[in-house]
Amino acid sequence: MGVENKTEMQIKNAREIKSSEITDKQTYLNRRLFMRGAALVATAAATGLLYRKLNPPPAEKPKGDRLVTVANPTSDSGAREGFTTNEKLTSIEDITNYNNFYEFSTDKQSVAYQSKGFVTKPWTAAVEGLVNKPTIFGLEELLKFPLEERVYRLRCVEGWSMVIPWVGFPLARLLEKVEPTAQAKYVAFQTLLDPKRMPNQSTGVLDWPYVEGLRLDEAMHPLTILATGLYGETLPPQDGAPIRLVVPWKYGFKSIKSIVRISLVAAEPPTTWNIQAPNEYGFYSNVNPSVPHPRWSQAREHRIGESSFISRDTLLFNGYAEQVAHLYEGMDLRKYF
Amino acid sequence: MKDARFPKFILFTNALVPLALLLWDVYHKRVGANPLEFVTRTTGMLTLVFLTITLAVTPARKITGLNWLVKFRRMLGLFAFFYGFLHFLTYIWFDRYFNLRSVPGDVASRPFIAIGMVAFFLMIPLAITSTSAMVKRLGGKRWSKLHQLVYVAGIAGALHYWLLVKSDTRLPLTFAFVLLLLLAHRLFVKFYPPGNPAPRATLLPRD
Repeated sequence: MGVENKTEMQIKNAREIKSSEITDKQTYLNRRLFMRGAALVATAAATGLLYRKLNPPPAEKPKGDRLVTVANPTSDSGAREGFTTNEKLTSIEDITNYNNFYEFSTDKQSVAYQSKGFVTKPWTAAVEGLVNKPTIFGLEELLKFPLEERVYRLRCVEGWSMVIPWVGFPLARLLEKVEPTAQAKYVAFQTLLDPKRMPNQSTGVLDWPYVEGLRLDEAMHPLTILATGLYGETLPPQDGAPIRLVVPWKYGFKSIKSIVRISLVAAEPPTTWNIQAPNEYGFYSNVNPSVPHPRWSQAREHRIGESSFISRDTLLFNGYAEQVAHLYEGMDLRKYF
Repeated sequence: MKDARFPKFILFTNALVPLALLLWDVYHKRVGANPLEFVTRTTGMLTLVFLTITLAVTPARKITGLNWLVKFRRMLGLFAFFYGFLHFLTYIWFDRYFNLRSVPGDVASRPFIAIGMVAFFLMIPLAITSTSAMVKRLGGKRWSKLHQLVYVAGIAGALHYWLLVKSDTRLPLTFAFVLLLLLAHRLFVKFYPPGNPAPRATLLPRD
């Protein structure tokens, strides 16, 4: 560019532009193509990342400590009492990546990630109320109860089910230790309340802390256990570490997780989902194919791990009728749903 | 914007990215323990997202003055219909396994499905009449009137979502809130067109 042109409008006629200064057509088109390609790739990548962020794929398999002292139920007597089943086990990947645990997330696939690193040591569970010997149990003491493996079906109120090899001990063993008084008729359970460790408790999606309850005879039933592990390892956080209830003939939400308090009481205690929607979730919440949820049928279920093309019949009391039906003799199961 | 062909191509590609990733995840079995639920939820969510974006075009155009935005509305609407169709197909194909006779009973026992069906069927005439030839044939006024149905579809979609969640209603309520906001903007513009004196001006003291 000449110095003499400085103050004038810098318009050159065609003759003054050196041919070397002209971007040749091919380069111009290449540049344009490149810019367009870059724009396409960049936006597609951004959209992809956004989609991944909003719809994350499931997390990997967690690592627990091996629980050593486990008595396996023999298949004959075990099956008769409902302690085991020869149905195909649900994989550990599915059991640990598909969880309803609203304290961490309302998205079943995010609970594993959100609960990662949940600290369960130290942990205590207070057993109190109408008992002769109220006791605060440390986790170590709870783990000293003789552990058994129990292979149970789990039926979620949402219409899916799993078969889970739990490790735990009958709740009855614990209750016997504290000696319930004659006035005790129900057992109330409570989950940890700590929004720092259970981040979703800072939202109002449920009334925290999560509370559940059983009638005393349900709580003393040999099928009712406190689980501390699954697949022979300590319970991962997303499945209710370090100790949770398992009541296999009731919908999954009755099996309260991460328990810190067990109270023996005289009257039917409040329960979280019943508080949330009394017409949808009753105190009993026994699995029952002929009592539909007000918004969906409970007649069939999808077994996790099976083909998406098939579903199976849901069984009364989740297939444990032989063991538990007597508890509800004479009761109208439609009224006491 | 004179030539919207390339921006449209960008939009088209981007709108297919979620589908590509979803298919990738299905192929690699990375859709979790309940693939049916995952695919159903994902396609349903994408339908609501595209419906919302489609409905946001006109308010965004009026507020920003960027009139060329309207060039993308048809494609956005058609993608809402496309993902709605995939959502519907997932239900018929997997949930019902093409057992069409079981659909009426299922719809009766799960009211949210009936509402979802209504939302989907309302989108069919809108997709059919989305071509320029159809706009001409119907005439702009009648076409606009018909396409107001998209609001009903959107609200039915949000209601469908709200009815199926157990307690965490934050997402469905967010969709409903945004849709109502967009509808409110449209009503506001209808009753107080920008050319006319603003309603507040008449309330000014006279002195």
